[in-house]
Amino acid sequence: MNDRLEIRNVSKRFTRKSGIVERGAEYIGLKAPNPVVRALDDVSLTVAQGEVVGIVGESGCGKSTLGRVVAGLLKASEGAVLFRGKRLEDMSARDAEAARLQVQMIFQDPSSSLNPRQRVHEIIGAAPLHHGLTTARELDDYVSRQMERSGLDPSMARRFPHQFSGGQRQRIGIARALAVQPDMLICDESVAALDVSIQAQILNLFLDLREQLDLTYIFISHDLSVVEHISDRVVVMYLGRVVEEAPVAELFSHPNHPYTRALLLERPSLDPVQRSFSAIEGEIPSPLSPPSGCHFHPRCPLAMERCRVERPELRSVGTRHKSACHLND
Amino acid sequence: MTALLEIKGLKTEVVSADGNVTLIADINLNLAAGEVMGLVGESGSGKSITGLSIMGLVDKPAQVTGGQILFKGQDLRKLSEREIRSIRGNRIAMIFQDPMSTLNPVLRIDTQMMEVVHAHEAISKQAAWERARDALGMVGIPSPEERLRAYPHQFSGGMRQRVAIAIALLMSPELIIADEPTTALDVTIQAQILSIVQKLARDRGTALIWITHDLSVVAGLAEKLSVMYAGRIAEQGLTADLLRRPMHPYTNGLIASLPAHNKRGSRLKQISGTTPSVANMPRGCAFHPRCASATQLCLSPPPLEPVEGRLLRCFHPVTEGALS
Repeated sequence: MNDRLEIRNVSKRFTRKSGIVERGAEYIGLKAPNPVVRALDDVSLTVAQGEVVGIVGESGCGKSTLGRVVAGLLKASEGAVLFRGKRLEDMSARDAEAARLQVQMIFQDPSSSLNPRQRVHEIIGAAPLHHGLTTARELDDYVSRQMERSGLDPSMARRFPHQFSGGQRQRIGIARALAVQPDMLICDESVAALDVSIQAQILNLFLDLREQLDLTYIFISHDLSVVEHISDRVVVMYLGRVVEEAPVAELFSHPNHPYTRALLLERPSLDPVQRSFSAIEGEIPSPLSPPSGCHFHPRCPLAMERCRVERPELRSVGTRHKSACHLND
Repeated sequence: MTALLEIKGLKTEVVSADGNVTLIADINLNLAAGEVMGLVGESGSGKSITGLSIMGLVDKPAQVTGGQILFKGQDLRKLSEREIRSIRGNRIAMIFQDPMSTLNPVLRIDTQMMEVVHAHEAISKQAAWERARDALGMVGIPSPEERLRAYPHQFSGGMRQRVAIAIALLMSPELIIADEPTTALDVTIQAQILSIVQKLARDRGTALIWITHDLSVVAGLAEKLSVMYAGRIAEQGLTADLLRRPMHPYTNGLIASLPAHNKRGSRLKQISGTTPSVANMPRGCAFHPRCASATQLCLSPPPLEPVEGRLLRCFHPVTEGALS
């Protein structure tokens, strides 16, 4: 059987387009070409049906770009995104639209991802109506069902987003995504902006929905404990590359890559014993000019000469456990 | 020994002709020199307002309307604006969440840092510059001489927060109030900042109030903890005691809802409902609509009372710990 999703050697580059004068200057060598950010650098990943894959990393690691490429909001510069073994480009127009509709995204900030001038009824109901999943006559019922499923009171359908609290707004975002009956959700920092007690409510909602609707998730977060809780498998990214991936229990008990180990070590814990914070040195390098070889080598306590020149391949280090580090050789 | 900071019955309200709205009330804190206290709460709990009230920085229409803020025995509320300016930034410093809004984007770092020194002390330019350089070095900024000539936008987020901390350290304050200073930072950078602050508090005996929504950040940093809910202190005591055995149902619920305390993949224990808004406070104990053990008694406001070595504002303390 084909995987629900396969990302094959995907790269995504961002650059600023030159104007005509700049292009001329570049052509005759008066000006260097505009810098290129490699937000994703040869990333491969598979997600099985019904699986929850967590993607962790710090700012600039490309985790959001990856989510957007999968959701179809960005086009990959290289490589292929396969849905059940097929590329969107190889499908008929109708199949491609259906495949895209199957993947929905939930964003970090519910207040900026909801139109402030639309009522909740319209926010949730517009897409299913357009795609013919319901009729104008049955729309009210349809919207009510979506709201109930996300833990919202259907009697509030005629209100505007600003009349809801942050947690409720996130529920509106979830109801909107589920209204087109997707089987895969991409959650990009979806609980990061919420208070702890509300965060637990939303995480529980994600867990319940997974059970009820057999959803597949890509769960993007910088928060290791959230990812540990919800994921079956975890992918760690650093500066546009996957550095390690493993089933959740394996990754948290036997981290292989020095970066993963550092992340786990520096995770603040509730252990009330006074402890000393020890930090890995250095800044996250700019993705405009990432270090040569292994991107992590300037901050890695175990870096050797080889790490400076040669990019480590993502290789198997155990059952379903892959890591990109020269130390494994 | 007198406490460095002693706050008694602090109250801050929004004052208007239609009646006052209470933002925080009945705040009591005690902090000795070199002590670190975590002030924890969710958005709208009044933790930032508490910090700003201590600093005398609440803006109209809000106003501190009651209580005492004793800094080394002297009530800050009784001081004139001029007197408080000589303390603020000098003896008590503040670090904010977003360093970009703390720093002036059009001035070089050295200008901004020397300005602070000169506002409080008449020393030569050279001496002020040297102090700025030493402060940058102390927070781990490499080659501080060169970096002093840079503008804020030339620093990364973590480096900017270090600069903000360096500015707070310039006058060797006895108390630093830090309002969510690591919330916007990445995990590895947050750990770096925490390790700097921890070292400074230890080595220099600076007292610290660390305001945060994240219990796990202060768990390893603070000796004492104050948990705030809806503008009041719900529970206050030693960090180790509170985390091992929370007695307020809210503290208990907060700790229990953390993913780290739940079985992987299982439903999280959650606190139902949402935090009330200041304009629409429930009667009595503000937490009662969300509390499982609430009774008729909770419709009258519970007092903040000493219970088992801590202060607790609850009629029905949690008897068995959430962590057991």
